[in-house]
Amino acid sequence: MNRFVWPLALFLVLAGFLAFGLRLDPREVPSPLINKPAPAFTASLLAHPEQAMTKADFAGKVWMLNVWASWCVSCREEHPLLVDFSRRGVVPVYGLDYKDNRQAGLAWLQRHGNPYTDVLSDPDGRIGINYGVYGVPETYIIDRDGVIRYKHIGPVTEKVLRDEIEPLVRRLDG
Amino acid sequence: MVERLLALMLAGLLVLTPAFAKEAAPAVANPALEARMLALAGQLRCLVCQNETIAASQADLASDLRQEIREMLARGMTEAQIRKYMTDRYGDFVLYDPPFKATTALLWLGPLLLLLFALASLYVVLRRRQRASPDAFDPDTPDDETDLSIP
Repeated sequence: MNRFVWPLALFLVLAGFLAFGLRLDPREVPSPLINKPAPAFTASLLAHPEQAMTKADFAGKVWMLNVWASWCVSCREEHPLLVDFSRRGVVPVYGLDYKDNRQAGLAWLQRHGNPYTDVLSDPDGRIGINYGVYGVPETYIIDRDGVIRYKHIGPVTEKVLRDEIEPLVRRLDG
Repeated sequence: MVERLLALMLAGLLVLTPAFAKEAAPAVANPALEARMLALAGQLRCLVCQNETIAASQADLASDLRQEIREMLARGMTEAQIRKYMTDRYGDFVLYDPPFKATTALLWLGPLLLLLFALASLYVVLRRRQRASPDAFDPDTPDDETDLSIP
């Protein structure tokens, strides 16, 4: 009897590790930018190319930055959720149109709805690189002091919006 | 008439073609810089296709980052500075040779710990056998247990 206990224990430990490993997403690399000041930027607006916004324009408020593109398939998946979310007015949602063509981006918003207060344009992906973007869509929450508090890689889900983003925004706003 | 026209056109084509041909431009403007860039990019992981280096990957982001490295090298930044630029954005995960620190200690020491654990278990098992009385072991059985001798 005793001779089976050790192999069984070893097996259970190994199975435990493997089960834990299966639940991890290797694509979700922890961002070193969390709790660091958001990188500065100057971006022209997608709808009004002659106007520009900088990071300073966002000082003093909690805001959400959603990185998207018209060529991004999974952006379409999360988009209805964002439209819904922004309508509820929990936090101002800003878009960053990443490595996209202006016309294509505008047409995409027309077709799928526009949840964004404003959309910043990043045609060559420079802002994206500074924010460590590697898998569009990505979503950031930036606090009043311009510090990145949260980052979600890939399409946001209802659960993420409800259980992670909303409570966080409430806490930051409170 | 038509044939003559065709012949004339063909002749014209033959005459004109060499004028359009150009010598191939060198693939890169600055081969030395390119080599340095590729050497550095070869140590960095592409985050889009995580098993490729930034030097080898065809992903859009990788080619952007190669361009970024090119420009940083041209600006005279050192390799250490560029590596810091990358880890500031993507974390130690981009480095194929991650530094030894608190968060990566298990990564570096894990194999050593497993080896130590295996050696310790081996030692315990061998000691236990050494102390066991000889009748704790099964007697050797011949490979052939069935008796094949003809009665």
